[in-house]
Amino acid sequence: MLEKKQDLIDQNLQDLNNDGVDRRGFLKCMAWAGTGLVWTLNGGIPVSRAFAKDHSQDAGKRADFSFVQISDSHIGFNKPANPDVTATLQTAINKINAMPNKPDFIIHTGDLSQLSKPSEFDTLDQVLKGASAKQVYFVPGEHDMLSDNGEQFLERYGKGTKGTGWYSFDHKGVHFVGLVNVANLKAGGMGSLGHEQLEWLEDDLHGRSASTPIVLFAHIPLWTIYPDWGWGTDDSEEALSYVKRFGSVTVLNGHIHQIMQKVEGKVSFHTAMSTAFPQPAPGSAPSAGPMKVPADQLQKALGITDVNYVVSGRSLAIVDSPLGA
Amino acid sequence: MRNKNMCFIPLATTAVVAIVLLLTGSHLATAADQPSMANSEIKIDNFTFGPQTVTVPVGATVTWTNKDDIPHTSVSTDGVFKSKVLDTDEKFSYTFSKAGTYSYYCTIHPKMTGTIVVK
Repeated sequence: MLEKKQDLIDQNLQDLNNDGVDRRGFLKCMAWAGTGLVWTLNGGIPVSRAFAKDHSQDAGKRADFSFVQISDSHIGFNKPANPDVTATLQTAINKINAMPNKPDFIIHTGDLSQLSKPSEFDTLDQVLKGASAKQVYFVPGEHDMLSDNGEQFLERYGKGTKGTGWYSFDHKGVHFVGLVNVANLKAGGMGSLGHEQLEWLEDDLHGRSASTPIVLFAHIPLWTIYPDWGWGTDDSEEALSYVKRFGSVTVLNGHIHQIMQKVEGKVSFHTAMSTAFPQPAPGSAPSAGPMKVPADQLQKALGITDVNYVVSGRSLAIVDSPLGA
Repeated sequence: MRNKNMCFIPLATTAVVAIVLLLTGSHLATAADQPSMANSEIKIDNFTFGPQTVTVPVGATVTWTNKDDIPHTSVSTDGVFKSKVLDTDEKFSYTFSKAGTYSYYCTIHPKMTGTIVVK
């Protein structure tokens, strides 16, 4: 089953390559549901793994620190693909709390809510309060900016941020940048950062040492995964041109509810699983959207894929290690 | 054998209904040429506006219904009309009082686009 999906993804990637969109890209791993990723910074090189894994062989023993990425909680969603998204978010938080190496913080890469309702944000806050990691960094997904241009999101999660909610911070020598690519979207387009944010990003990175590890995170992928479904960001290339000179760049996204990875030069791209429901692999269904799987499979799917990054020369090698059969 | 027979009767009925519908359909088509009628329904399904292009007479009301499990909007690119966020099965209607071509899109999923031609 997984292999089949992998073939499909490879094929889709091939198509992208033929389009010249992602010539150098390669993709080694995908999974379609789960709870979250653990990131371990080891000598500036981020290492990720799905966190339902047995951590006894964790390579993070020598880690400088770790953090967890969760995404696409869609609190308020109640359709058959997952009638209880609060429970699955809780499962994700429980897994974070059970990790032997405590993460310094959590990054949520957007779509906290289904409909930007205050009650949905309240529920999310309530569940996140139970996380052992108290610091949570957010970027909005398109579902968090419905009807009020993201005002409520900004008020709750974007204090001190710029524009529609972008910001940066440093943690133990690593520079993190949260970007917003779900605001002011243009008809016919994909995700968009916009001129003002790009200028800010260029300025934010200016003067930083090329040896500083950089982590960019945003909701919609900052690389073109599947344009027909809008799975990409129209002006991401400009953003990526600003990070080219850095020795280690990691780009974390959500939105597509499945793991996909690509390494291009010194830049590693990753998309996270959702805590709420899976979506189909690109092109494998008439459209994106919640994918219903049997209830026992949804639970089994949590953290089914272990993703490791192993330093190999100048680039990163990715090892696909699905859990169980 | 019995089952086969039982199937046969509904099939025959369906055929008759189809013929009646065809006759009614052609009658409706004539009526649609007159500008006073012909309101239009657009279904939002699988992240697509269907039909993608709709032609209506001046004064017609177009109604969008979201059939997806994901919210969508229907917003004209030049600000003529703007739906609220439509959750599953929610509807939005707009009455076109001026002739013209109106492009619109879903502001949440901007790949979703459509056109209303008002004649």
